Amino acid sequence: MTIAADHDFAHRHLLGIEGLSPDDITLLLDKSEGYVDQNRQADKKRSLLRGRTIMNVFFENSTRTRTSFEVAGKRLGGDVINMQVAASSIKKGETLIDTAMTLNAMHPDVLIVRHPESGAVHLLAQKVNCAVINAGDGSHEHPTQALLDALTIRRRRGKLQGLVVAICGDISHSRVARSNIHLLTTMGARVRVVAPRTLVPAEVERLGVEVFHDMATGLAGADIVMMLRLQTERMHGSFVPSIREYFHFFGLDQRKLAAAKPDALIMHPGPMNRGVEIDSAVADDLDRSLIRHQVEMGVAVRMACLEVLARDLGNGPPIP
Amino acid sequence: MTARTLFRNARLLDPATGRDGKGSLLVSEGRIAELGSDTIASGKDVRVIDCHGHCLAPGLVDMRVELREPGREHEETMETGSAAAAAGGVTTMVALPNTEPAIDDVALVEFVARRSREINGVNIRTYAAATRGFKGKEITEIGLLSSAGALAFTDATAAIADALVMRRALAYARTFDALLIQHPEEPSLASDGDMTEGETATRLGLSGITPAAEVMMIERDLRLVEITGARYHVAHVSTSEAIEAIRRAKARGLAVTCDTAPAYFALNETSVGEYRTFAKLSPPLRSEFDRREVVAGLKDGTIDAIASDHSPHPQDSKRLPFHSAEAGIIGLETLLPLALELVHNRHLTLLQALRALSLRPAEILRLPSGRLVEGAPADLVLFDLDRPSKIAVDTFRSKSKNSPFDGRPVQGRVLKTMVEGRMVFEAEG
Repeated sequence: MTIAADHDFAHRHLLGIEGLSPDDITLLLDKSEGYVDQNRQADKKRSLLRGRTIMNVFFENSTRTRTSFEVAGKRLGGDVINMQVAASSIKKGETLIDTAMTLNAMHPDVLIVRHPESGAVHLLAQKVNCAVINAGDGSHEHPTQALLDALTIRRRRGKLQGLVVAICGDISHSRVARSNIHLLTTMGARVRVVAPRTLVPAEVERLGVEVFHDMATGLAGADIVMMLRLQTERMHGSFVPSIREYFHFFGLDQRKLAAAKPDALIMHPGPMNRGVEIDSAVADDLDRSLIRHQVEMGVAVRMACLEVLARDLGNGPPIP
Repeated sequence: MTARTLFRNARLLDPATGRDGKGSLLVSEGRIAELGSDTIASGKDVRVIDCHGHCLAPGLVDMRVELREPGREHEETMETGSAAAAAGGVTTMVALPNTEPAIDDVALVEFVARRSREINGVNIRTYAAATRGFKGKEITEIGLLSSAGALAFTDATAAIADALVMRRALAYARTFDALLIQHPEEPSLASDGDMTEGETATRLGLSGITPAAEVMMIERDLRLVEITGARYHVAHVSTSEAIEAIRRAKARGLAVTCDTAPAYFALNETSVGEYRTFAKLSPPLRSEFDRREVVAGLKDGTIDAIASDHSPHPQDSKRLPFHSAEAGIIGLETLLPLALELVHNRHLTLLQALRALSLRPAEILRLPSGRLVEGAPADLVLFDLDRPSKIAVDTFRSKSKNSPFDGRPVQGRVLKTMVEGRMVFEAEG
């Protein structure tokens, strides 16, 4: 492994950011750049994945991520099938492994899997002989989200190294937070997490981040402020007492943002809870909010991931 | 079957008297008739076994197993459990009452006794539920269940969470001098948790259980033991704080005992690795620091006993995402070799290990076994202390194969197991 241009992506699956090298990440981001340009043209379609079958297998509801993968697969010329498994077989008692075997028998080339339980995508990946992309597993990882966030930042700031990134909100239950922490620390950014103590997982500093419990110090001097969605089921009672209190202390508004660098940029993985974790005036600030760029980058990043995992399939013997 | 068996040329090991030396042992009428130097005469109708200098010790008394009968016989039956126990050198095992239905009624205690007689393998005894249906609300008929043969009272894998119910259970149990066994985990802190809280859980995105949940439940119970004067036993202790609390309680003279299971001195939380469900246990595997403290607790005797915590689950219950997978591992056939690791690593003497495996559990449960003395039941294990091998789960007699120890190199192999003078296991070759 030397420089990114000569670097091959030596992983069969994309299950997480943890374990990827800086070269792996740079390769994916560089490839994504090309797709950003392609996606802005009138003719967006390529035939790189012609004949390949890509299955979106979502055990948890999602519109945005599933659509983004679907668009990515189709623009590369692949056949994309959407399966909403949450509604069908699991309720009948079929196990995850049974589902994996069933899907595997249809000879997909790539499975894109989202599941509400941490580790479920790893388990499924052990049972199939195609590439698997983790589209979010429980509170564990959501690698394509971190890649699209990194691409968004890199295009604006020209680099990731040395930037101060504050990730704010429900760190405990967030797969977006974990993937971003791994990616940004791997690429040399300084990562902070900012949240009330009930939403910070134990020993998270061992992942290479600094922990803050108030926005003023957590955001001080930050280049990037990344807000996380607060899941509605955690808003009342045991994690935070009320939306009002949460927004007062941890919601991003102009006043709290003032602690960050004057040109600090704002990100959010969506969908946003306006007035819970982010104020509309900040979210819609065209100069500073990158939220719509993130969605655009999502398609490009997913095209890059599909390319590196799927383009060379079928040249060797099937993996048992 | 010959009524008499003579073990010759054995290394006799008795944790009760501290005996460790060469000698012979004569079994007659299901009891140890004579033991001593190699001059015991054989005679007619005596099966003579040359032990080639291997260890002859009291059979293991495994004070914590789940047998799944009645109710979930596809996971384990008393018969397969008995065969596994015999192969593991266990001569008495005590079943947790968490079957379906729960053993919370005299008829079910009698059912276990009857099945044990029918199977005629190792001794199978049982605990009874401390509260009806393990609901933690109404105490069971502790007096009648004791008379029927229940050795102690426990809600198995559930903690008795309500302090008032626990106080009454302890006070009432004392009336009959019965023993209460607690699964030590404050349930509200442990609820929905997948593994020990910390870096590994955080990396894997799994919900963590604070190790403090263990000591909190124990310290509460110790106050109640102080009030009631009851006999109290803590199952599978796994944290340094819990062991320290029990150490202090013993120093104060409370009637407190505890056990641990091999997983808690042989593994730590890193065994979970990439979501290995065979490393999902309850209580969960702990930090390396806690693992070392479990070893220290065994060494200084704070931890009285080592139990297998045998918990059979079929493949289907383990081949699931980590959170959905069942907790627990089998242990009957790995109990002795894993405990002997502590001997080979010089943490325990051989007699200390045997004391924790046979004598202490027998004493806690007031059983006559666990001793190599004349008149004691001829419950014996003959084992080769040094023979190296790899744990091979597919050779196990247990119906379920959920063990994280498959492939682990160990030293020590059971050669023969005898229960009340009956040979219930003989190794091939």
